[in-house]
Amino acid sequence: MDPLFLDMFGRVLDDALPAEVTRAIGDGAPFDESWAAVAASGFLDALLPEAAGGAGLGMPFGLFFRLGEQAAALPVAETMVARALLHAGGVAAPDGPVALADLTNGRFLPYGAVARHLLVDTGGVLQLLPMAAVDARRVAGAGSTAAQLVGPGGAPVAELARPVDGLLPVVAVLYAAQMAGAVQRVLEMTVAYAGTRRQFGKPIGRQQAVQQNLAVMAEEAMLAAIAAQVGCAGDSLRIGREAAAVAKTVAGRAAGRVAALAHAVFGAIGISAEHALQLYTRRLRQWAFAAGGAGYWSGVLGADRLAQGAGLLSVDYVRRVAGGPAA
Amino acid sequence: MLKRLGYHAIPPEDEALRAPLRALLAEHMAGRPADLRARSWMGHDAELSRKLGRAGYIGLTFPKRYGGGGRSAFARFVVVEELLAVGAPVAAHWIADRQSGPLLLNFGTEAQKERYLPGIARGVTYFCIGMSEPDSGSDLASIRTRAGRTADGWRLDGQKIWTTGAQHADFMIALARTGEAGEGKGGRHEGLSQLIVDLRAPGVTVRPIPDLAGDEHFCEVFFDGVRLAPDALVGTEGAGWAQVTAELAFERSGPERIYSSVVLLDAWIGHLARNGADAEATRLVGALTAELTALRMASLAVTALLAAGEKPATEASLVKDLGTSFEQDVPARIGDYLAAHPDEPVEEELLRTLFYLSAVVPSFSLRGGTREILRGIIARGLGLR
Repeated sequence: MDPLFLDMFGRVLDDALPAEVTRAIGDGAPFDESWAAVAASGFLDALLPEAAGGAGLGMPFGLFFRLGEQAAALPVAETMVARALLHAGGVAAPDGPVALADLTNGRFLPYGAVARHLLVDTGGVLQLLPMAAVDARRVAGAGSTAAQLVGPGGAPVAELARPVDGLLPVVAVLYAAQMAGAVQRVLEMTVAYAGTRRQFGKPIGRQQAVQQNLAVMAEEAMLAAIAAQVGCAGDSLRIGREAAAVAKTVAGRAAGRVAALAHAVFGAIGISAEHALQLYTRRLRQWAFAAGGAGYWSGVLGADRLAQGAGLLSVDYVRRVAGGPAA
Repeated sequence: MLKRLGYHAIPPEDEALRAPLRALLAEHMAGRPADLRARSWMGHDAELSRKLGRAGYIGLTFPKRYGGGGRSAFARFVVVEELLAVGAPVAAHWIADRQSGPLLLNFGTEAQKERYLPGIARGVTYFCIGMSEPDSGSDLASIRTRAGRTADGWRLDGQKIWTTGAQHADFMIALARTGEAGEGKGGRHEGLSQLIVDLRAPGVTVRPIPDLAGDEHFCEVFFDGVRLAPDALVGTEGAGWAQVTAELAFERSGPERIYSSVVLLDAWIGHLARNGADAEATRLVGALTAELTALRMASLAVTALLAAGEKPATEASLVKDLGTSFEQDVPARIGDYLAAHPDEPVEEELLRTLFYLSAVVPSFSLRGGTREILRGIIARGLGLR
């Protein structure tokens, strides 16, 4: 991805969704101004074809990763995907944030309480519904923007064809890419803290035990990013279930391990509401939980692997999943 | 901070190496049971090494003028992947191909390259690496083997241990003290040099050490007044530490470090195909497959950095530590699964493979640098040291 494009996106996010805004939105403050700033930047339509005013991107790993680094408090990635799908289906996109849901799975919506619309995969079609018409309940808790879908919604305002493999792989991959970004940011925060926090007369980052844990965090961050890129490979929103499974399983594992190790290094201050670490670790856990967790996606991948038969080497199977030429 | 690793595809001309190599291996390895295949790069088979050399699969990245293939790191990735996918016994030429050859290319004299590289590429000249000593493991700078200048070359005295493949190798590249350590931080890395030792020379004694799996792959090697020619020195006298560090970076950067347990994974998938897979088995197959996919792409990203002429030492350490953890995880998790299903009959071949790997996997995070050393390198890459 063009680094200038990415820098521009980063500046939009830093202006519209800085940490204090993330906190305020988590406390229930209105966010129309912030959203309007993101919308005015044009990035919400980045996935549309260039002829339609977009940037013609498939699944933009770089943008989603950057959203993860921001621990964004609004469903920017979901809305980007929704607007591209709506455009492809010839449906005018509504204003405001859009949440994505798959009725057959993943009814926990990390941004369900702040979305204005819901694009839902019924298993047969995609339906666009105003959030007000959907039976969803906010999941209460500090900093929560999440809601749980309780039952089917009311009348849709539009219907369109669903992607070949459904919406769930797309949602799983956009959370995987955001987890990769958040994990990287948490690693950087933790390394910086370990370099300044002194105990026993020296920075804790000089202690070998702490260095070993930070090295593990770096490993997990690297693997999460590469797995998310496996999910985002290709130039369309047509995400295979197997590639999504790699992305969500591996990034989800990284999210859990990195969150735990970061909190261990930060100690008590990381548990405080005031510290920014919790903004990231909360998102990491919710993104890992939503759209099918590691257990769900491992089951999907394992079933496909076993269906290929024992005659196929694992090496050939992973080459195929990662988008290499067919074995 | 570390470089972000990207998503890379293998160029088609390198992918094209797969099919003929696969045919060669299928013929050579027909009927070989999984527990033997699981030995892979511990398995010595000079006949296979010669076949691979004849067909041009060894020394792929060496220049053609030394008998190599003049190919990229991607070509080597493909060949290594094919060899390990089926557990080909590659030990005979393995160290020469992946470590000694590249070391000589980087630091050797023209005469050394002409003398050794063509034989390596033909699969007939085998090397081992003399690093560890009885009192020097991770603390490599503390070695006591000494090489001193004589009127007609060098005289080598001392002892190496845990030297893989020394009993089959023609030559060792030994790290020896040739001068005194310096003062201050890093001073102990001074005065070390690398020398090529003909293992058939008088004064060399090689004694294999049986391992816990009943195999003999590592050895003790004694040097008692071994006379070396003046041109035994590799690279610069006293620069051995920097050269060894570069050599170990090659060691850590290939796909070798993710596939050591893949034969067991495939044998277990065969077992599930015969006995049926419950939800737990299916999830475990998926989890291991997801990790392997990501590891492969990470390894390929390091290969791309190598192909671009970079020296990704820290990134290679990340992949190696993750890869060896995965390789160690595979027998542990498959063993747990089988033990949780005691009513399911397990084929003896699968059991032999499981217990062989379970016994040897601790070595995966020892050879070529321990897990703790690798994490120290990563911490340095993060700016913590």
